[in-house]
Amino acid sequence: MKILVCISHVPDTTSKINFTENNTQFDTNGVQFVINPNDEFGLTRAMWFKEKQGATVEVVTVGGAEVEPTLRKALAIGADSAIRVDAPALDGYAVAQELAQVVKNGDYNLVIAGRESIDYNGGMVPGMVAAMTGASFVNTCIALEVDGNTATATREIDGGKETVTASLPLVIGGQKGLVEESDLRIPNMRGIMMARKKPLNVVAPVATGVETKTVSFEKPAPKGDVKLVPADNLDQLIDLLHNEAKAL
Amino acid sequence: MSVLVYTESEGGNFKKASYEVASYGKGVADMLGTTVTAVAFNANGAGDLGTYGVSKLMNITDSKLEKFTAAAYADAIAQAAKASGATTIIIGSSADSKYLGSLLSVHLDAGYATNVMELPSSAAPFTVKRSVFTNKAFGMTEITTDHKLVGVSNNSYGLHENPTDCSVEAFSATLSDDDFKVQVQSVDKATDKVSIADADVVVSAGRGMKGPENWGMIEELADVLGAATACSKPVSDMGWRPHGEHVGQTGKPVATNLYIAIGISGAIQHLAGVSSSKVKVVINTDPEAPFFKAADYGVVGDAFEVVPALIEKIKAFKAANV
Repeated sequence: MKILVCISHVPDTTSKINFTENNTQFDTNGVQFVINPNDEFGLTRAMWFKEKQGATVEVVTVGGAEVEPTLRKALAIGADSAIRVDAPALDGYAVAQELAQVVKNGDYNLVIAGRESIDYNGGMVPGMVAAMTGASFVNTCIALEVDGNTATATREIDGGKETVTASLPLVIGGQKGLVEESDLRIPNMRGIMMARKKPLNVVAPVATGVETKTVSFEKPAPKGDVKLVPADNLDQLIDLLHNEAKAL
Repeated sequence: MSVLVYTESEGGNFKKASYEVASYGKGVADMLGTTVTAVAFNANGAGDLGTYGVSKLMNITDSKLEKFTAAAYADAIAQAAKASGATTIIIGSSADSKYLGSLLSVHLDAGYATNVMELPSSAAPFTVKRSVFTNKAFGMTEITTDHKLVGVSNNSYGLHENPTDCSVEAFSATLSDDDFKVQVQSVDKATDKVSIADADVVVSAGRGMKGPENWGMIEELADVLGAATACSKPVSDMGWRPHGEHVGQTGKPVATNLYIAIGISGAIQHLAGVSSSKVKVVINTDPEAPFFKAADYGVVGDAFEVVPALIEKIKAFKAANV
């Protein structure tokens, strides 16, 4: 089985979010970048397929040279090779077009992406890649097994979950549940050394343009102070929730 | 060139979130000087769509579409958009809508903006405010394509009544085998409980509850409020509660009217995931818990005393305000 894992290079979950250039650009100053958490669950599941079912695992991202450390980390975790599409990740559509091109050229059986990136939260790239390449698609995937040409997946739905079967090639939008948090791997020294020798291929973009553009950013208005209610006067809390917040 | 809204139904009846999508669609239609058409699958008539400003329902009745199938639904909605001439399509932010949205976007070559918080700030260029960086910021996003697809964030716009006569028209979509490459085998859904996505109120608890055996009072509080229960990440990681209850950055997002956090200190990842809730109440023994800085109302106290007392107060309030 040939697996492609799509990785997004995102600010660490604890990063402070600021903007520059008159609030038009994300301020990367002092920000640590990591593998998008939803993608990391998928990468770890891909390693499981590699070890238990004999798959090859390639990772891909769309971005400039600055994203290569994130790809090297994925290689250190155990991916066999990496592809960087040399183009800025302008919007979900542009990224999906680039990834679709990689998918078409690579003849993968399974494409694992995260359900959304934690930076721009578009949540559209996995489904777009599936639609652009004619693959099956399962979103919010929390469990995945592959047997021959058929996958069995569990999808999180509102208020529960459902089990589906899908023919390969398949694209999933994965998330926590594909593997447990405790199964995530921290690269060890051997993995890091080996990652240096693994192929990281830079490919030219197809550059088909964008469908959306974010023209400016803003931060939420600062919140007022919390109103503290004494623990022995919960009537006041009920009153505030009913009359002031209109939430009860 | 009406505005097309996809209104989800369950058992033939529209979900409340669908009326929010309809209300939003009406707001956009007013900006564009046009009307709202809804598309639905196997609906029992128009329900209250007229109340929220929908002029016409295109109802697709097809036994093959009784179970949600994203590819087939997206194909059918795209055909409805083409048939109605709609170039602006509005969907919600349920798991199902988010699933089909990206497929629909490709079908229609429509630029897609998700997590949209408000009506467009301008119709030309078509610009919407999106929540980004997991609620830590907003982005003003222009959709530059002819067709536009908007995913409205749950509970962001609310219900707005605009009574309109709503006609119902049968619409049939031509579906191919490729639309059914993903087959639903089984659905495991608690029907007696409110889901986090549908809830107006969410009661969430964390490690401060000390153990899974103490969740009875959390469930009782949720019960008296008609709320869904949720939990923090450590709680689901330790297996005290199912993963489906984990809310926060890597769990489910919460955008509810009232969010009550009990014994949750408020890690930045948790706060990010719940911060689009309108009113946040925190109950915690530690007055230094970071969650107090993000909350609207706070009670510094022991959950094991405060929660049972609060349950009694709310019961009395509900009894007096029926």
